[in-house]
Amino acid sequence: MSLDTPAGHLAVRMSHVQKFFGPVHANRDASLDVAVGEIHAVVGENGAGKSTLLRVLSGMYAPDGGTVEVFGRDVTGWRTANAIAAGVGMVHQHFMLVPTLTVAENVVLGREPMTGLTYDRASAESALGKLSRETGLACVPSRMVSELSVGEAQRVEILKTLYRGAKLLILDEPTAVLSPPEVGELWRVLRTVRDAGATIVLVTHKLDELMDVTDRITVMRQGKTVTGMRTSETTPAAIATAMVGRAVRLDASGMPVGAEGREVELARAVPDAGGPPDQMLISSAHDRIALSVPAAITSTLAPTPAYTDTPRLRLTAVTVAGARSKTAVDTLSLTIAPGEILGLAGVEGNGQTELIEAIAGLRPVTSGTITVDGTDITKYSIGKRLAHGITHIPEDRHARGLVLDYSIADNLILGRQKQFSSSGAINRARTLAFAEDRIKAFDIRPTDPNLPARALSGGNQQKIVVAREMPADFRVLLAAQPTRGVDVGAIEFIHDQLRAARRSGKAILLVSAELHEILALSDRVAVMYRGKIVTEMPRAEASEEVLGPWMTGAQS
Amino acid sequence: MSGTKTAIEEGVLPTLTALLVALVAGDLLILSYGQSPSEVWRLMLSGTWGNAYGIGQVLYKATTLVFTGLSVAIGLRAGLFNIGAESQLAAGGFAAGVLGLLLPVSLTPWLAIPVCLLAALLGGAMVGFVPGVLRARFGAHEVIATIMLNFIVLAFLNWAISATGLAVTETLHTPVVLSTAVPRLAAYVPMFHGSAANGTILLALLTVVIVAWLLFRARFGYELRAVGLQPMAAESSGIRVPRVWITAMVLAGGVAGLGGTNFVLGYKNYFEDGFSGGAGFLGIAVALVGRNNPFGVLLAALFFATLSQGGLAIHALVPKQMVEVLEGIVILAVAVSVPEVRRLLRSRPAKAAVTTPVQA
Repeated sequence: MSLDTPAGHLAVRMSHVQKFFGPVHANRDASLDVAVGEIHAVVGENGAGKSTLLRVLSGMYAPDGGTVEVFGRDVTGWRTANAIAAGVGMVHQHFMLVPTLTVAENVVLGREPMTGLTYDRASAESALGKLSRETGLACVPSRMVSELSVGEAQRVEILKTLYRGAKLLILDEPTAVLSPPEVGELWRVLRTVRDAGATIVLVTHKLDELMDVTDRITVMRQGKTVTGMRTSETTPAAIATAMVGRAVRLDASGMPVGAEGREVELARAVPDAGGPPDQMLISSAHDRIALSVPAAITSTLAPTPAYTDTPRLRLTAVTVAGARSKTAVDTLSLTIAPGEILGLAGVEGNGQTELIEAIAGLRPVTSGTITVDGTDITKYSIGKRLAHGITHIPEDRHARGLVLDYSIADNLILGRQKQFSSSGAINRARTLAFAEDRIKAFDIRPTDPNLPARALSGGNQQKIVVAREMPADFRVLLAAQPTRGVDVGAIEFIHDQLRAARRSGKAILLVSAELHEILALSDRVAVMYRGKIVTEMPRAEASEEVLGPWMTGAQS
Repeated sequence: MSGTKTAIEEGVLPTLTALLVALVAGDLLILSYGQSPSEVWRLMLSGTWGNAYGIGQVLYKATTLVFTGLSVAIGLRAGLFNIGAESQLAAGGFAAGVLGLLLPVSLTPWLAIPVCLLAALLGGAMVGFVPGVLRARFGAHEVIATIMLNFIVLAFLNWAISATGLAVTETLHTPVVLSTAVPRLAAYVPMFHGSAANGTILLALLTVVIVAWLLFRARFGYELRAVGLQPMAAESSGIRVPRVWITAMVLAGGVAGLGGTNFVLGYKNYFEDGFSGGAGFLGIAVALVGRNNPFGVLLAALFFATLSQGGLAIHALVPKQMVEVLEGIVILAVAVSVPEVRRLLRSRPAKAAVTTPVQA
């Protein structure tokens, strides 16, 4: 294995790092070299050991072997407190902010400016204002954190780290929770922070993003460092191949293309403004030629959905109350035909979650009706909806999708436990046989049906949810962020499942923060803004450029 | 990436560690009285498992603890902390006692005893139903509701027998009912003579098996445990979470109520004010040490019954309150080492967020 050694001083040098969690060998001989002043991405599939490696770096875990050097100093086995003191700050995937305190109070927490024995609000806010101006990270110091959007909260997290004097920022999947405009904003912020002299290490799944932003990339697979490369000298396809260990076909935006193949309509010759143009053109050509899987392709044309059929799902003037507003969904109407995927684009927090919950039966509808194949299901209980063929891949798989301590087999029958019981008892043999069948069909790994879902990687956990929510006989699937936080291999697989379901006449409502995903899968695209569908168009007319203004409310 | 621990590591080790800690603390306590630890422990063993009377007393005490321990365990499996086993136990005993008085004296025990058992079950279930409904309908925290209900129910039972003329003059217990007496073990095994152990122990064993089946084999238990582990996931899958909460509390109350028959039908043959004597609260410790597993609860009940009976045996050397200190240490040690307890404490805020689903 030859690692591309960066020029200049090293901010981080991790070599031969080993980390065990019980029998799980999370890091086996992992290495990471990061030069001072660069943005460095660590990529890999779920379970590749990226987060573990960065947690070792930030002092959350002590390594079981190997060495960690930061700014030339051997710091192997240090603790978080030492790391913070040495200018190493971690921005976590799940924010560690106190919602009932203001932005300024959160930023200074632990190092509050004091006047005598009392907290000096004015100087805290002015110190934050100064930091905010210097770094270009906009914020209102006096706002409550509970009022902030996810993107704003993340900015506060970064400010907090910088306030503590961080010279090395570690970000664990910073974009997983952000909407596309917020992602763009984050990259702008990170570039500013880097230009001010800081070094940034981040974990991400999104290949197209890191092409634009990062200087160098380290690829991990199964706990090992596979390769390191300079971003300017590689392609998303080459990275994906290194991550998965086999060829994956990508479209120009970095989304995997399923076996069905829809390259023709998806290929976009015009690259994003941020990336070097020649680079992007090379990569898309590379994708098409070098990485396709010819054997699997029999037809490159998607079946034409039958729009003339009566819709499977019809919403008529549906209004739903949210946690904060009375009209999270505002007199919204939509239809989905059999064999159609409707992609619902929009910045998160514009009522998509409430809409999905209302159709799934988790949230009451204030007014309006929901019909499935002509039957009014507005007043149905969740269980009755399920029996009527409405299934749901929830956006938060850890809270809603799985019982993490239940076995894979028990999770696969969740919601259908009645069908797997006889005279009040769960039929174990039937459950296990079913589980083995699903594990095979959905390539869930590891394959032991008795393992708790908790022990699986994110991608495989999501496959359990997908396998359960896509039985042969469902009619309508509500797919909310179906591939969030899932590795490339699993994304490809889940997309293929959705396409296969469409072919067999199911109706699918797809909500995703990933515009690429919406564009890659949908037959029709609708944009939701402030609880309403503000525009709707066939896939052929949709593009990021067309949808963007609608999503941000600039066009209406 | 969370490490997968082996079943032994997760299941048995924390409990054994807790017991070891208690043993060491006990040694120190005994030494502080200037006694020999080995001598005291030997005395405790010979006074409990060393003779038939001791065994009988341990079995009698364990019987009640099995019921209250199961009651708490059922609640915890559904994600509910049932602190109300004490009053559920008392209410069950009261219902059995009152029904015994109402039944004609000539009635055959083959009918009278099942009727009283059913009454105990219903009496406890009623007391469990209240916090269940308060939680499901109004989101009232079951810990607060069950604690408050303990005071209310125990005070009500005191009033019921003293003010309504149910009590025998000068005492706070109901008249003796012999037609519903469950036979003592001594009637079949003479060596148990004098001990309070009685046939209710068979009911306890049967209940352990039934509860284990309900929790781990039945669809009901599959849904109940899903609600306890991840209420939002359970809700999404169509399980009616509030309904499961109510059912779980009714079942928990009913099982604790059945425990009341050990004293009322098996030992004294009357209801006495305050007979529960903390067995409901000790049920919390039994459930924790038994790791909410019905068979674990059975072992833990025997352990705590041994401690409690052993306290009497060692009273000559060290104060019997020492065993209460030991109980406390075991509970604390288990509470900090058992994963599900920590998880329960952590998952509190998440559970409060569960929405009430649309009713069909």
